[in-house]
Amino acid sequence: MAALTTGFGRARQGGAGDPREYKAETAAGGDKLGGGGGGGDRGCSFLRKVSVPGSGGGGGGGARLRSIAGTRPSVQNGQLLVSAGLPALDQLLGGGLAVGTLLLIEEDKYNIYSSLIFKYFLAEGIVCGHTLLVASAKEDPGDILQELPEPLHDDNYKKVLDEGRSHKSQEEPEISMKIAWRYQNLPQMEAGPGTSSRFGHYYDVSKRMSQEVIQSAKWHKFFLPEEITSYANVESCALNHGYTKLLHFIQRVISEQGFDGSNPQKKQKNILRIGIQSLGSPLWGDDICCADTPEHMHSLTRFLYVLRGLLRMSLSACIITVPSHLIQNKAVTSRIRNLSDTVVGLESFIGSEKEANSLYKDYHGLIHIHQIPRLNSLICDVSDTKDLAFKLQRKVFTIERLHLPPDLSDTVSRSSKRDLVESAKQLSPGCGMMAGGKEHLDF
Amino acid sequence: MFPELNNLLNVSPDKPEQGKFTLLCDAKTDGGFLVHHFLSFYLKANCKVCFVALLQSFSHYNIVGQKLGVNLIAARDRGQLVFFEGLKSTVEVLFGSKEQPNTLKFIRESSSDLKSLYEFVQKALTPSGDGSATSWKFPVLLVDDLSVLLSLGVEAVAVLDFIQYCRATVCCQLKGNVVALVHDSDQTEDEENAMLMNALGHQSSLILRAEGLVTGFCKDVHGQLKILRRGLLQPKNDEAEQWNTLLKVIEIPCARARI
Repeated sequence: MAALTTGFGRARQGGAGDPREYKAETAAGGDKLGGGGGGGDRGCSFLRKVSVPGSGGGGGGGARLRSIAGTRPSVQNGQLLVSAGLPALDQLLGGGLAVGTLLLIEEDKYNIYSSLIFKYFLAEGIVCGHTLLVASAKEDPGDILQELPEPLHDDNYKKVLDEGRSHKSQEEPEISMKIAWRYQNLPQMEAGPGTSSRFGHYYDVSKRMSQEVIQSAKWHKFFLPEEITSYANVESCALNHGYTKLLHFIQRVISEQGFDGSNPQKKQKNILRIGIQSLGSPLWGDDICCADTPEHMHSLTRFLYVLRGLLRMSLSACIITVPSHLIQNKAVTSRIRNLSDTVVGLESFIGSEKEANSLYKDYHGLIHIHQIPRLNSLICDVSDTKDLAFKLQRKVFTIERLHLPPDLSDTVSRSSKRDLVESAKQLSPGCGMMAGGKEHLDF
Repeated sequence: MFPELNNLLNVSPDKPEQGKFTLLCDAKTDGGFLVHHFLSFYLKANCKVCFVALLQSFSHYNIVGQKLGVNLIAARDRGQLVFFEGLKSTVEVLFGSKEQPNTLKFIRESSSDLKSLYEFVQKALTPSGDGSATSWKFPVLLVDDLSVLLSLGVEAVAVLDFIQYCRATVCCQLKGNVVALVHDSDQTEDEENAMLMNALGHQSSLILRAEGLVTGFCKDVHGQLKILRRGLLQPKNDEAEQWNTLLKVIEIPCARARI
């Protein structure tokens, strides 16, 4: 197996990946990839709209577009993907974040872990050489970039992970299972280097990215207090003033820098990573987080719709964090979710009653994947478990599957079983319906 | 299109029904496959289709359409398909020149009026008098989806007015069909959406409801499909079926499991 590539050049992947790449390179006629109708350029379907000369042909356009650093085509439908910065999250999202789509992070209560995921996304962009656009109303984007985690190299990652594991085993000796020994072999959702994807990187949260790397990155900044000098009363397009300015800024960057294919002479195509922090919070001038029946209920949803239009027509990927726990009106939350492509919710245990629950003692919070887009296909690649938890160790952020602890009590008593059922209810109900009440099947 | 769904609905591309309003809804699962089904069905049935796509781009429908056996680019070129791409028009409205008239100008203005969208549909589906066009069977309007209009600030009443005008023109005058998708959000308190859904359900002759499983999430079975027929002669027929779509790039979908 090859070593971890840094994401430049073409990311090769073993197994099902290789035949697809070869087939995309050869001419479209006659290959077995075509379904009814034999489409030509199976990869990078969003990029088909980009007016790259020769992209209509099967092979040439595909090969050229696929050589963008830090991207790879999806195994399922050839969609161009970028990494979200966390390989475990990439795996849950079906391989990565599709180019031209929007990732919505519903913030946890104190915005600790969601800002971490936001920084992972930006750090990944810097490491892959993508252009960044960082927008915030709260902190100066320059300060956000100073706090990015440092990328880890191959051999360092193993050391860091072992450190974490040995630290844990000092507290309780790791007992290898004797009876249910098959469960020990289940993957814990952590994708280590050399096992799966080659296009994600690993980061050390305890260290900051070095200044040289940050200086070498190309990025655009939108800091709301600097952009809005006076509060104009006229709201164009019935959108919030701040949102309008942000949309115009994004559109200007996309068209001037040629991310929408309007500059075909540009030799090297690149991805624009857009990060918008705490959208919808009162600092943006929006009141959906403050009032039960807000006055500007449609401002954020209109913004998301226009942003979607901009993303679909350009080579960009966007991450947005929204403090949805502050939104009182649930209708707005569901509308925001419908307008986003991928929705991930974070729920931290700090200050909640779940902190004392023995089921969660190793973790810092739960992560819910609410929605994954179905792009260019009728199905999407959903992971088979909905019970996922995350924890932030000293250096890494891990996402793991949640299991019920085994019932180790000597006397099988009714009360202890009821506790187990109670904790089983904490597991995600999946489609929203609770299965079963207090009774449980007694074997 | 899905042959199993055609069998359930007792229709085929050779003899489709006319003058009907079909409502598609989804709850806790994605009902987009129904839109793809009807798009490919009516294109194969040789009807003139006006597709108002508000949420996805043209290439998305094109690629899925190829898997289902229709070529949207060819259909558009020969005039069978009139495709309105909401996302592209919105970007043009906001960032393009302000003089050109646009069907989505309600985004810029606060007044929520879908009249310009209706005029677009009317112009697209009314047969032009020159007689040069090849004769299509009957016009069909397909909308994906109406809940987005509510998110954009259009009032539910305005959306209902739009559908009423479209039905009057397309179903009654031109003897065509109207198919629209609405997301159902019964767990959240979206009253406007609920009102829209109830009113449209009342007007429709066929309701297809894609729901997630009641018992929870399952990887192999995506959900169930409820078909409700409302007609003068037939009593209300409520069939609940389990369906299972396994779709691959290589093969044409789909395998279904009946329970």
